[in-house]
Amino acid sequence: MSTGRSGVEYLSIQEIKGPLMVVGGVSGVGYDELVEVETVDGERRLGRVIEVSEGRAVVQVFEGTQGLGIAGTKARFLGRTMETPVSTEMLGRVFDGLGRPIDGLPDPIAEDVLDVNGEPINPEQREYPSDFIQTGISAIDGMNSLVRGQKLPIFSGAGLPHNMLAAQIARQATVPGKEEEFAVIFAAVGVQNDEARYFRRSLEESGAIKRSALFLNLADDPAIERIVTPRIALTLAEYLAFKQGYHVLVIITDITNYAEALREVSAAREEVPGRKGYPGYMYTDLASLYERAGRIKGLKGSLTQMPILSMPSDDITHPIPDLTGYITEGQIVLSRDLYRKGIYPPINVLMSLSRLMGPGIISQKKTRPDHGDVSNQLYAAYARAVQLRSLAEIVGKSGLSETDLKYLEFGDLFEQRFLRQGSNENRTLDQSLEIAWDILSSLPETELTKIKEEHIRKHYRKRTS
Amino acid sequence: MNTVRGKIVWVAGPAVKADGMMGAKMYETVYVGEERLIGEIIKLTGDVAFIQVYENTSGLRPGEPVESTGSPLSVSLGPGMLGSIYDGVQRPLDAIGRISTGFIKRGIKVDPLPRDKKWKFTPVVKKGEEVGPGDIIGEVPETPLVVSKIMVPPNAKRGKLTYVAPEGEYTIEDTVATLETKEGSTDLRLYHNWPVRRARPFSRRLDPEVPTITGQRVLDTFFPISKGGTACIPGAFGTGKTVTLHQLAKWSDTRVIFHVGCGERGNEESEVLTEFPHLKDPATGRPLMERTVLIANTSNMPVAAREASIYTGVTMAEYFRDMGYDVLLVADSTSRWAEALREISGRLEEMPAEEGYPSYLASRLAEFYERAGRVVTLGNPERIGSVTLVGAVSPPGGDFTEPVTTHTMRFIRTFWALDANLAYTRHYPAINWITSYSGYVETVRKWWAENVTVDWYEQRYQAYRLLQREADLLELVRLLGPEALPDEEKLIIDVARMIREGFLQQSAYDEVDAYCPPLKQYKLLRLFVMFHKLAEEALRKGVALKDIRSLPIISKLIRAKYEVPNDRLELLDELERAMVDTFEKLAYGEKVEVKA
Ligand SMILES: Nc1ncnc2c1ncn2[C@@H]1O[C@H](COP(=O)(O)OP(=O)(O)OP(=O)(O)O)[C@@H](O)[C@H]1O
Ligand SMILES: [Mg+2]
Repeated sequence: MSTGRSGVEYLSIQEIKGPLMVVGGVSGVGYDELVEVETVDGERRLGRVIEVSEGRAVVQVFEGTQGLGIAGTKARFLGRTMETPVSTEMLGRVFDGLGRPIDGLPDPIAEDVLDVNGEPINPEQREYPSDFIQTGISAIDGMNSLVRGQKLPIFSGAGLPHNMLAAQIARQATVPGKEEEFAVIFAAVGVQNDEARYFRRSLEESGAIKRSALFLNLADDPAIERIVTPRIALTLAEYLAFKQGYHVLVIITDITNYAEALREVSAAREEVPGRKGYPGYMYTDLASLYERAGRIKGLKGSLTQMPILSMPSDDITHPIPDLTGYITEGQIVLSRDLYRKGIYPPINVLMSLSRLMGPGIISQKKTRPDHGDVSNQLYAAYARAVQLRSLAEIVGKSGLSETDLKYLEFGDLFEQRFLRQGSNENRTLDQSLEIAWDILSSLPETELTKIKEEHIRKHYRKRTS
Repeated sequence: MNTVRGKIVWVAGPAVKADGMMGAKMYETVYVGEERLIGEIIKLTGDVAFIQVYENTSGLRPGEPVESTGSPLSVSLGPGMLGSIYDGVQRPLDAIGRISTGFIKRGIKVDPLPRDKKWKFTPVVKKGEEVGPGDIIGEVPETPLVVSKIMVPPNAKRGKLTYVAPEGEYTIEDTVATLETKEGSTDLRLYHNWPVRRARPFSRRLDPEVPTITGQRVLDTFFPISKGGTACIPGAFGTGKTVTLHQLAKWSDTRVIFHVGCGERGNEESEVLTEFPHLKDPATGRPLMERTVLIANTSNMPVAAREASIYTGVTMAEYFRDMGYDVLLVADSTSRWAEALREISGRLEEMPAEEGYPSYLASRLAEFYERAGRVVTLGNPERIGSVTLVGAVSPPGGDFTEPVTTHTMRFIRTFWALDANLAYTRHYPAINWITSYSGYVETVRKWWAENVTVDWYEQRYQAYRLLQREADLLELVRLLGPEALPDEEKLIIDVARMIREGFLQQSAYDEVDAYCPPLKQYKLLRLFVMFHKLAEEALRKGVALKDIRSLPIISKLIRAKYEVPNDRLELLDELERAMVDTFEKLAYGEKVEVKA
């Protein structure tokens, strides 16, 4: 789209409002075009055209409009959409939210320069993800398996250990039987400095830092920049995955801050708001990030996404988790109740889901043959235990039958033995499934109706008592 | 047709305004900008046209040209659709993939139907015969599963055939007949075009008395949908809309299937494309892909094309209906279609109604579902075809009182309500049997009696009564605990749980249970209803509930759905005898063991 008009400069700023700036008298400006804004003091900021008509362009300024004046501010239209340089040399480096190095080292030499918005993956060209990733965490591997090329978010709440969990996954994730080039891309979106430092340290300690690139937009960085940071991270990830053959894990935290930046732009444009003031197109916008995960036929690499979001007031029906859940391939939900009970990882398995587990892993028999049945039985039994727990609070244990009491006991075993594990404890899938059989065997054999008889014969621990 | 040429004056996302468009028409297709992106006029004021553009508009500038094409957004209908995957405006995605690996670049022009492929055409009419709209003039065996009928287009005039091509191999562009009417002569080819926003005409509607058998127990037995019927399946995220629609697409006993992925996930399309070629149609044993057409406009593809995708799909479906086939179209998700409508409407600054949706949301939904139906088609020979429509609805926060769900409910007759609480406990399909309903139970009753078993209706009623009574009893249990109920009521709760587990729950990923033939559905249901009768009687005779509860046959009954293969239904009769036996012995106080 470069038309040789790049660098056309205007001083005719008409209006500044929130993160937006209206430039008058323009001509030949394109929708989505990149804009360089220069303040009176010579400071440069980037922006993008979000609406254009003859003589008028609305520009969204990523670094914010603070300090911009109607007089003296220059807008230079660059004749291209926003692009970012990418290269394998970016691994091991730290960048700001717009992709500029902040680790004191020189700019990496670009191997390519790519549009940060990418292009939609052709659904016909997708390879269906079906490589089981072992995370070492029983609740995930056993019941919500992660698959290469999946987008699986963590739904968390303020103060819950989502960072610890994501870091543990980044450290431990392996595909059993495969040693391949992998990379971790970490995009901090409006998070606090110490959270970003925590990730960095964790990657350093495990030695994964050499294979990682960090993009940091921190809490005190410009809010509108948050709309770009994940896109730059994903553009590098796509390049590494689909041009260089890496298996890339992208962690983006915190999507809630991203959505708030979107809302700010929408409000400044006076658009008709959707639920809770978030724009009506937020589903489509979030999809333009999440759908960049996947695998492509004939190409070696994969792009797995693990976005983290904090649910405002722990409410899963809030538009941010709600729209995310409608796009991603499942979700890992953290529970405040379990956390208060001192259980790590506090994963609420009932509300969690991995959609690729059934068709990708279980139907294709990619792991142990009893994996699917065991998972179903754990769900059914734990769900019953949780239900009976609340019943027991009302009617007392005496109001329950003998079998019901067995279920109560199972519920505790499940939380204490299966769910709970150390933040450095790396269990194989076999270990997780064996724990599952240990605790399932506390129930009478006849209760295990989700499991085929052949598996029961093989694994059920018969008791003498 | 005069081409109107204007120029862009405004761009914001998928919406573009152009002036100098006097003479252009509503819903006319236009080329936008120097790259000639495809768009459609959706509003006209003075000489300004509002255009929704079906491709990414990045870089589009005011001043670039806009050119009208003279025709409304249309699809090409002819051989070559089955087994294909299209975007929302009928561009074959595999052809795009051959031009650009992996990603969809914009501005790629590809033909909707293969131009140079030769098809074997056999005429069924002769030169000199008089034909009219909808008459079949010949046949093309498109796939081993579906013979494509070549028809006189519905908008043609009656006339005489002055030429009919001999049996042979033809491309879709070759003339296979010439029709001479009062207004002149037209060449008929293997395909014709039809505007997507106009329903194809038919002769008359028929009653919805034949069920669509889906092989899903909770649907076929409790909440059936007829051929030509309408259903919606609303549910919060992750409750099972897509899996249910995929199950329908795999197992339904209709001849042709349309799967419209409207603003959903790319991997779900890839799942269908990976799986369907290996799955076999239960009726014919042929690969499912031979009867399937996919329309995929995923969430990250342009929203305007998402809006169009539903119409593209249903128009193609009507075309197969007109050949005399039963067609099922599943749309996942109509909420994303409604959101596309909302987004474009918002960009045009139209006055919003509820939750930002345009005021015409309801009428658009009504128009869509009205395109369902079982009909006598136009033309000779006389034939019956149907389009069955099932739409997923994705209510924000799982709240069914929002506009898309409430309006949809006005226009459909079967309501499959997904329940997040059932999904959390992995009760799949998570269709709530208390809040769901079907308006076709009475109309398909006769079909079941004539084709499966005389007492389907009665067994269904008995089982449903048990489930309803359980729901009432559970209210009491929540207050008093289960032990407070008398034994007969405890028994109802026990049996209802058996029905939930052994009948209602059906895993889409189980080799055997993914599809359950109608007779198996009936036999399974009968087992549970009979169990209740026998156990009730045993209680009356003084047998302790505890002894009934510990009967090993219970877990056999629950497992029967997947342990009994679909071609060994006599095992269910044996199970029934074993059950009767067990209860007889129980009444005489004997200890019983059931063989493994
Ligand atoms: N019949 C079924 N058998 C087995 N598993 C099922 C069934 N129905 C749903 N599931 C499980 O529920 C998960 C979610 O289902 P699905 O993807 O259909 O949800 P959805 O309602 O389409 O969600 P979304 O609105 O986010 O697209 C599936 O991945 C699968 O694990
Ligand atoms: Mg879905």
